[in-house]
Amino acid sequence: MNVPDTLKYAESHEWALIDGDTATVGITDHAQSELSDVVHVELPKVGATFTAGAVAATVDSVKAASDIYSPLSGTVTEVNPALSDPSLVNTDAFGQGWMFKLKLSDPSEAAKLKSAAEYIAQIS
Amino acid sequence: MQSTATDTLLRTALADTHIAEGARMVEFGGWYMPVQYRGILQEHKAVREAAGLFDISHMGELLITGEGAAAWLDTVLTNNVSRLKPGRGQYTFLLNDKGGVIDDLIVYCITPERYLAVINASRIQQDFLWLRDKLPWTHKHPQAERVHLFNESDVLAAVALQGPNAQKILSAFLASDAEHTGPCALETLPRSGIIAHDVEHREFFIARTGYTGEDGFEIFTIREDAEYLWKELRKFGEPHGLVPCGLGARDTLRLEMCYPLNGNDLSEEITPLEAGLGKFVALDKECGFIGQAALKAQKEAGLKKHLIAFSVTGKGAPPRSHNPILLNGKQIGETTSGGFSPSLGGGIGMGYVEIAAGATEGTAIEIDVRGNKIPAVIVAKPIYKKAAKS
Repeated sequence: MNVPDTLKYAESHEWALIDGDTATVGITDHAQSELSDVVHVELPKVGATFTAGAVAATVDSVKAASDIYSPLSGTVTEVNPALSDPSLVNTDAFGQGWMFKLKLSDPSEAAKLKSAAEYIAQIS
Repeated sequence: MQSTATDTLLRTALADTHIAEGARMVEFGGWYMPVQYRGILQEHKAVREAAGLFDISHMGELLITGEGAAAWLDTVLTNNVSRLKPGRGQYTFLLNDKGGVIDDLIVYCITPERYLAVINASRIQQDFLWLRDKLPWTHKHPQAERVHLFNESDVLAAVALQGPNAQKILSAFLASDAEHTGPCALETLPRSGIIAHDVEHREFFIARTGYTGEDGFEIFTIREDAEYLWKELRKFGEPHGLVPCGLGARDTLRLEMCYPLNGNDLSEEITPLEAGLGKFVALDKECGFIGQAALKAQKEAGLKKHLIAFSVTGKGAPPRSHNPILLNGKQIGETTSGGFSPSLGGGIGMGYVEIAAGATEGTAIEIDVRGNKIPAVIVAKPIYKKAAKS
């Protein structure tokens, strides 16, 4: 099972790569596998502000639309322009399939996210 | 271990086979069904280019027998049942008094005194009870008018073998019986035709029908023989690119062809005329049928709304059902089906629009997908047209 231990995880299947007061956010390999065949990603606007747990993006698979929640509170500083090819979410969920970057308003929230081991326990 | 939520769902005779083959199972209309095996895009492509195998055992089968069967069916269905020759089927509707669609179905004439009706999974009980209430009282009628109605839905299983290689695969399976003699009847089986055929003492009804727009067959058999049929077709299909498919691909394939889905594009509030399916309604049938008066009145008064198909022209999320359809910023209707078209690589859908709005083929419209206005254009049905054969 592909769950890098360099990342933190939300119960709703998003990952965050935390670097000081910024975080890169995407969905997990497990999530992309459950969604399958991603055909569109509706990304947030740069400058949008989210509290942890708020809907920040929407992913459409062939079958249905799914909400993606911001794992942490903060302001969007960048979105992934490469997702004009939405299949990157399926092929490289933890890499080129990243969705947006946040400037964190409360970096201490990261402590509430799961470790790789805890997330593996959740999805097993 | 199954969760308690799925324990209450109905299971087809093939449910365990799907699970063993790694299908992703979901709830669909009270049934525990595969939504996909390896992926919807891959399964869709296989059906368009090679072949796919679907479990359609959730669908219902009614058997109508008796000397009066055809004459009675003509009073409860819209199409002309009496004109069906043995071995032929037709698409038809079961309507309420207001002309609204209770169900869309295919009725096959097995013999002039034996008809098979294939109905939607979610409507089995409703259709059966509705029809039973309309049956003539057998003991009060002479032999020539007697009709008997049986619900065989729990007894029968069915699979759909669809795609350009379907005939090759099914022929190979039928020919595998050592006692098989004579030419294979499939080559001469017309669209909507049905034949009975047995392989190793198992009986199959084979209809040249489907819900994908490709050549193919729907094969009916008893529950006990479903797994045998599935495994044999998988085996003979292997060299011809056959893949097992789920309901996800079934939906994308039918939507590209603009085949209606009851519950989405059809309902008891919608008539076949509004759905653009008037050619399956024998409006002037002399015996009369339930809903006929309402349809005649609607035709006389003129339709107020009708079903259109559209293709998304801009970027954006694929449309879904219940999205507003806009013309020049004003809502003129709502989508009833929508999704991503694997063949076209973009969003497509169908929906009802007010005819007075004047939007016709070629008209630019917008679909409001969760607050985002996506540019689209009204297109001719079907949305997907097979490339001309060279």
